[in-house]
Amino acid sequence: MTWKQVFTSSIGKKIVMALTGIFLILFLIVHVGINAMVFADLNLPLWPFDSNENGAIFNKAAHYMGSTVLIRILEIGLFAGFFLHIIQGLVLEFDNRKKRGSENYAVSIGNKGSKWYSRSMGLLGTLLLIFLIIHWYHFWLPGREIMHHEALTPVTYDGIEMHNMYALMEYTFKSPLVVLIYVLACVSLAYHLLHGFQSAFRTIGVSNNKWMGLVNSIGIGYSVIVPLLFALMPIAMHFGWVSS
Amino acid sequence: MQHYTMNLTLKVWRQKNSKSKGHFESYQVKNISSEMSFLEMIDVLNEELIAEGKDPIAFDHDCREGICGMCSMYINGRPHGPWEQNTTCQLHMRAYKDGDTIVIEPWRANAFPVIKDLMVDRSAFDRIIQAGGYISVNTGNAVDANAIPIEKQKADDAFMAAACIGCGACVAACKNSSAMLFTSAKVSQLSLLPQGDPERKTRVLNMVAQMDKEGFGACTNTGACEAVCPKGISLSNIARMNAEYFSASLVAQ
Amino acid sequence: MLNAKIPAGPLNEKWSTYKSTCRLVNPANKRKLEIIVVGTGLAGASAAASLGELGYKVKAFCFQDSPRRAHSIAAQGGINAAKNYQNDGDSVYRLFYDTIKGGDYRAREANVHRLAEVSGAIIDQCVAQGVPFAREYGGLLSNRSFGGTQVQRTFYAAGQTGQQLLLGAYSAIERQIALGNVEMFNRHEMLDVVVIEGKARGIIVRDLVSGELERHFGHAVLLCSGGYGNVFYLSTNAMGSNVTAAWKAHKKGAYFGNPCFTQIHPTCIPVSGDHQSKLTLMSESLRNDGRIWVPKKQADDRKPTDIPEDERDYFLERRYPAFGNLVPRDVASRAAKERCDAGFGVGTSKQAVYLDYADAIQRYGKIEANKQGLSNPSDDVIIKLGNEVIKEKYGNLFDMYEKITGENPYETPMRIYPAVHYTMGGLWVDYELMTTVPGLYALGEANFSDHGANRLGASALMQGLADGYFVIPYTIGNYLADEIHTKPIPTDHPAFVAAEKEVADRINRLMSIQGSKTVESFHKRLGKIMWDKCGMARNEEGLKQAIEEIRQLKAEFWSDVKIPGGINEMNPELDKANRVADFIELGELMCLDALSRNESCGGHFREESQTPEGEALRNDADYMYVANWEMKGEHEWQLHKEILDYEVVKPSQRSYK
Repeated sequence: MTWKQVFTSSIGKKIVMALTGIFLILFLIVHVGINAMVFADLNLPLWPFDSNENGAIFNKAAHYMGSTVLIRILEIGLFAGFFLHIIQGLVLEFDNRKKRGSENYAVSIGNKGSKWYSRSMGLLGTLLLIFLIIHWYHFWLPGREIMHHEALTPVTYDGIEMHNMYALMEYTFKSPLVVLIYVLACVSLAYHLLHGFQSAFRTIGVSNNKWMGLVNSIGIGYSVIVPLLFALMPIAMHFGWVSS
Repeated sequence: MQHYTMNLTLKVWRQKNSKSKGHFESYQVKNISSEMSFLEMIDVLNEELIAEGKDPIAFDHDCREGICGMCSMYINGRPHGPWEQNTTCQLHMRAYKDGDTIVIEPWRANAFPVIKDLMVDRSAFDRIIQAGGYISVNTGNAVDANAIPIEKQKADDAFMAAACIGCGACVAACKNSSAMLFTSAKVSQLSLLPQGDPERKTRVLNMVAQMDKEGFGACTNTGACEAVCPKGISLSNIARMNAEYFSASLVAQ
Repeated sequence: MLNAKIPAGPLNEKWSTYKSTCRLVNPANKRKLEIIVVGTGLAGASAAASLGELGYKVKAFCFQDSPRRAHSIAAQGGINAAKNYQNDGDSVYRLFYDTIKGGDYRAREANVHRLAEVSGAIIDQCVAQGVPFAREYGGLLSNRSFGGTQVQRTFYAAGQTGQQLLLGAYSAIERQIALGNVEMFNRHEMLDVVVIEGKARGIIVRDLVSGELERHFGHAVLLCSGGYGNVFYLSTNAMGSNVTAAWKAHKKGAYFGNPCFTQIHPTCIPVSGDHQSKLTLMSESLRNDGRIWVPKKQADDRKPTDIPEDERDYFLERRYPAFGNLVPRDVASRAAKERCDAGFGVGTSKQAVYLDYADAIQRYGKIEANKQGLSNPSDDVIIKLGNEVIKEKYGNLFDMYEKITGENPYETPMRIYPAVHYTMGGLWVDYELMTTVPGLYALGEANFSDHGANRLGASALMQGLADGYFVIPYTIGNYLADEIHTKPIPTDHPAFVAAEKEVADRINRLMSIQGSKTVESFHKRLGKIMWDKCGMARNEEGLKQAIEEIRQLKAEFWSDVKIPGGINEMNPELDKANRVADFIELGELMCLDALSRNESCGGHFREESQTPEGEALRNDADYMYVANWEMKGEHEWQLHKEILDYEVVKPSQRSYK
């Protein structure tokens, strides 16, 4: 059995989806963790952080991520993960659609037995792909200086100059349309994860009910908390809940 | 239990043979007793069609007690009709009321071509079994049945998986027309039992390869198969097969 | 004179002597020998697989869409084997003896003893194949008891034993198909045997999808086509179960043995109306824990749960205190019929008796409460715990009952009534399972051999697998050893041409009638005649009338049947017409056989022959034989007796009191 066969059989393809999916899930934890640092500037009574640092914590973290060699190498892996997950996902979706044959059912089975979002992973994934491109355009391309962005100004902390990503966020989320796109993308992400999280673990072979129960609970929690945190960022920025 | 009679409209898929194009036809059936089985209701309609000089509806059925796996109707958008853990032949007319319209279609999947009307060709399932759904023990080779004690839980789990009747409802319900539930039920049964151990790796690899070759889709864990399975075969069998496949594929030469 | 070819020597050495002395075919020659197997139930699948393993070239045929669908799959309760794992005194001899006695001394001793001898190996083989039998916590196999025995020797897999055994045999045959040793023909129905120079050399089949006729050669032909209970229209058989293969063989010279021996199973779900297309069996294992009763008052319309204990008649426990609810099937069925005929029946049709689990639920509930250390549990708790135990043991059967009737059997007693279930009669075979046509074999329910006049529960699975796995692989070699020089006969041989023409002509004739009545309507009428006059009780007058009525029905069928569709296409109505035409002829022979056997034995109850208490009265002096019928012409048969010679068992009046 060649490696090609291992990863191109029906289960092999799914294993690729699952492993890259779990990898992306892990990435999201890092991503949401670092980005959540924007909330350090939340204007809340009794908030333990200094609310008037204008995103210094976040900017420093972002700079660390962008300037550390090891993380830049890992980033290549991240791109590979995205790429595989997207390509394999699209291939699977189109392959699977062809299996029904020329005639489809007159009466669809609908929700009798499965959730709409579990049947809509292709659609949700495509929405996320579109969002990903917008998201790169907003932040990653300017941040990596691939594309010049006038709102991305330098800022200096402790003598080190770095991008003021915080300011870029503030700038970007001034537009209500952008905020709406980001919030909708987070909803898509939530449903994508709601199925994807537990499905990935089934695919890599978790069959024990006890463990699967645990996976399900963690999966639901993850699918709600992570997209919610992400969605709160543009909202908080837009409505000025954080300092500027 | 109160019995009643009903009049129904049936929309049934009619297709002369595998090559011709099919279409829906509507039929009225009258005075159907709530005590009849669904297939007895079709029998009544067929008797009328014959009397009128028309071609009766062809459908697969045999034991009519929910075990042979031959019956295969997709009724109002659900394989085997509305009842849980049930086959078409066990569905009874008390599930319906006067004036209902019932749409009846064949299983639809590339790997299950229609033979005629509601009959489909499920020989792909046989070929999946041929690829490894067995323990290679010739008659006469066996040791004493009690020579190998088997943990009760494992024996029970193996039985639960072995209860599959091979009807194909899982494929019919799956949006990907995947045969993973069917294939995984057999793989699970034989991998849970010590007797199945020697062929464990080649079995799962060969059965999955055959499943792919037959033109079934890949599983996306939606769970529709489990929901419509007349024997309640669990989705965890698919997970078990995934694990079997994963480990077998990594060590296979 | 029929020669059963029973080996000489003491009973318990016959089979080992035979195996040590029968002729063998060497592996190189096996590859040149072709064997046809018709039917892929337990007997057919196990035979095809075992012969394929030996190296023969096997072609197997079934009318279903896959060999896994054969009706063996519906057997629920279990399979017997003389393993004595329970240390309760079982032995090969006891299994043999129980089977002979259960069959009311109308089975052949040598065959039955062989069956008991190989029974253990069947279990070994099935376990090795991965059949998931029920197990105890220690990991060893579990057993339960069945009707007509006093030991626990029945192996089971919940209420789906037949399914699991068949899937085991199916996996074995699929493996041989994958290896190229067996060629499988699904959706093919055998419509004739080809006999060349007195030997079976092939078959004519119809491809049920294309409608085309095909010719297939074989050095030997095995019929494993099951029983003919569907002659009664309503039975527990599958809709497609039919006698056609056996009947064609009969018409080509194979004698039909004891055709009237029919088993009426006591625990089936009663008929609900004219629309009924088949009956559903509830496993005999239910009688392990369920109690059968009717009200003591005639036409008592109260709800069963409202009838107090002292107004209930547990008639099996009353009449047969030693075996109680576990008397053999024929006895239990007749007792239920007797109560219903006397006006004590229940349900809307009054053709039913109660099978009550309330006591068992209480009993198990209390044991369970005790196990869990509950002191003074309330009634509700006991019932809840009891229901859980019952669910584990019989859950699938209870569910099945609820699906069909819409009643919850945990709360209200089930209504049951006897229904046709199995046919002990079948093609006569000798010790080697060969019919009177050389090279033509019959295995499993299709033959007459092992169950006499009544089959005990959990014995059919045993017999099917014994024949297929452990008997035919030896006995067929003894025949084929002489055939190693026979080259495959080309299927353009005149005998093949003639046989195919005969089949085609008959199909053409059926299709050209275009009368006014459907095939189904004839089948129903045949069933009614058979059930009323050749069913659970038979008498001379009724049987004579039945023969007349069936003859008329036959004439009407051949002049007024209406079959839609065409010949060269898939046509289920034509398939059915082919089968019903044969059932009609068989029905006549069954009545003839029942008429000629003026004694009661096992499932065959002649009203003229009963004890003062209404029990079946055998007449060993005049009828201790197998009645074998040779077809001589239309409505004409000649009787050939195989006298049963009991060397070991001394026949006595069967008593379960």
